[in-house]
Amino acid sequence: MRSRAIALASLAAVLAACGGDRQAASDSTMPSSSGVDLNGAGATFPYPIYSKWFSDYAAATGVKINYQSIGSGGGIRQFSEGIVDFGASDGPMTDEEMTRTKHGSVLHFPTVLGAVVMTYNVAGLSAPLRLTGELIGDIFLGKVTKWNDARIAAVNPTLQLPAADILVVHRSDGSGTTYVFTDYLNSASPAWTLASGGPGRGKEVQWPVGLGGQGNEGVAGTVKQTPGSIGYVELAYAKQNSLAIAHVRNTAGEFVEPTIASITAAAEGVVAALPQDTDYRISIVNGPGAGGYPISSFTWLLVYSTPPDAAKGRKLVDFMRWMYSTGQQAAAALDYAPLPAALAERLTTRLGTIALNATP
Amino acid sequence: MAGAPAPAEQPAPPDDSPTLGGGSVGDRVYRTLTTAFAVAIPVLLAFITFEVVAAAWPALRRFGFGFLTSSAWDPQRELFGAAPMIYGTVVSSVLALILAAPLALGVAIFLSEFCPRWLRQPLSFLVDLLAAIPSVVYGLWGMFFLLPILREKVMPFLATTLGLARTPFFSGPAYGNSMLAAAVILAIMILPYISAVSREVLMAVPRSQREAALAMGATRWEMIRDAVVPYARTGILGGVILGLGRALGETMAVTMLIGNRHEISPSLFAPGYTLASVIANEFAEATNELHTSALMACGAVLLVVTLVVNGIARWLVWSVAREQKA
Repeated sequence: MRSRAIALASLAAVLAACGGDRQAASDSTMPSSSGVDLNGAGATFPYPIYSKWFSDYAAATGVKINYQSIGSGGGIRQFSEGIVDFGASDGPMTDEEMTRTKHGSVLHFPTVLGAVVMTYNVAGLSAPLRLTGELIGDIFLGKVTKWNDARIAAVNPTLQLPAADILVVHRSDGSGTTYVFTDYLNSASPAWTLASGGPGRGKEVQWPVGLGGQGNEGVAGTVKQTPGSIGYVELAYAKQNSLAIAHVRNTAGEFVEPTIASITAAAEGVVAALPQDTDYRISIVNGPGAGGYPISSFTWLLVYSTPPDAAKGRKLVDFMRWMYSTGQQAAAALDYAPLPAALAERLTTRLGTIALNATP
Repeated sequence: MAGAPAPAEQPAPPDDSPTLGGGSVGDRVYRTLTTAFAVAIPVLLAFITFEVVAAAWPALRRFGFGFLTSSAWDPQRELFGAAPMIYGTVVSSVLALILAAPLALGVAIFLSEFCPRWLRQPLSFLVDLLAAIPSVVYGLWGMFFLLPILREKVMPFLATTLGLARTPFFSGPAYGNSMLAAAVILAIMILPYISAVSREVLMAVPRSQREAALAMGATRWEMIRDAVVPYARTGILGGVILGLGRALGETMAVTMLIGNRHEISPSLFAPGYTLASVIANEFAEATNELHTSALMACGAVLLVVTLVVNGIARWLVWSVAREQKA
């Protein structure tokens, strides 16, 4: 009797596995716990601040938001297919992606700012390394190969640079961090662009030289261990692991250390010049403005301009209103830069354009 | 030895004659169920193959045979070729096998022939435990322990002390992350599979086989070499194939150590890439249709590579077994 029961149970399992592969795949992305009000998915980079926001917001209002940090690409996909109520991405959706959504037009809402920092392993430096955009580009293109290259020495006159080889370390996995970094090089290093035969910008590009490390920890681990290496990681990760961080020259000619203040300053320079009707799919790398750290970027929430479920849409808008006021204050503690106050205000106003009364 | 059944071969189960002409309901249900289970496996495999190939079709149609020979992998220009990954998958696995198989066989022979009885259980348990360690833990251990040793000790030793840097296989700068690192971690990961199977097979060699060899005046070494290991050869090769299959599909630990570079280099010190790694690395963030399709094509190629390598290995076992019988 018992063995028959087991046999039946395993048959059921096999049949379930055979039949419902698509169904199971999409089901597994939905939370099994009841009482969740909103579902979101996407970028891993802002996950620490998002999860703090969602738990603080749940404590304050009782509205539960479930967020899965499956990566920007997956977030855009699930949002476009209408599987989740909102998406999150480190890079804006392309025009083509925006035409293929299930529930119509998409609005991009910047939430916080992050930065990509250059970390390096060069022994015996008396001060942080200084780099320019062209220099970072040429190092990652394999054109500058020695630490005592005349061009590195020229911007670091006080440093004793060794005659060692430079080992480039980049991300091997597709990542918003890579997007921001290559977006910056695309703007700061003329040889980096696709048009001039360079790798171009994207979450994955063809790297001319170097090793690929898996995740921030893979890049940071390799750089920490390998003398002569240079790589790029998120600011929060570099700070929490006390990595050596280079100062990078901005368009105003200053060598800037990445800090909360210098990242917000980078956004201020761009936001001041924004037209009223912007869709906020804007890059702030290498932007104007004094004191701004040049490899900074927004990260976005993706919301339908007419949410298919008005009740859920209302909950989402309420949360975002909270996010632009109370929420912003929590950012700095987790090494994310808050949005400039003027921008947060503009975005709060923009929340009013989301249509909450229309039927889908 | 002629006619001795290979250890892996079980006597054929009695046929279903007792139930012929209408047995009990239980028997019929049982037979239907087991048949369903048996059919489910090929059906599942067919489904997987179909889904993978269908998803890979746009990339395969676009690049054709060039997908297998090109080294380009440029998501921004939409150029994809899997040659470095095919090379890396095969080389890292075969290298791992070369490192692991003799070691695993040594472990198995010690455990079955020389090990004191009280030590055998705990030692076998420890070796088997290697198989229970999660892949990502191997990767972390590799990053923080294995790589520094390779970079500072093993690679300079191979290149300078042994003078192998003159050969193309050990040339170039020693960064640590390399084909060699991937092969070493794979060797450690597949060791328990090969040694566990070999141990069981060696222990199953009849006592009479050993006694006969000893009675002929063989030393212990001769007994193991001429009587025990040849008797268990098919089973040991089976264990090696199991290890190879494991090495071909291993993803996480390899990704963390191989350096992830789309380039074919003869040097084992140079970084490489594997088919499983590129899928793990890029699938989550691949939004472009052709890119996703190229990754699925890598999956399809991995299926084929696994089939071909396994086919070769099976053919090897088969020819060894036939030789043994002759």
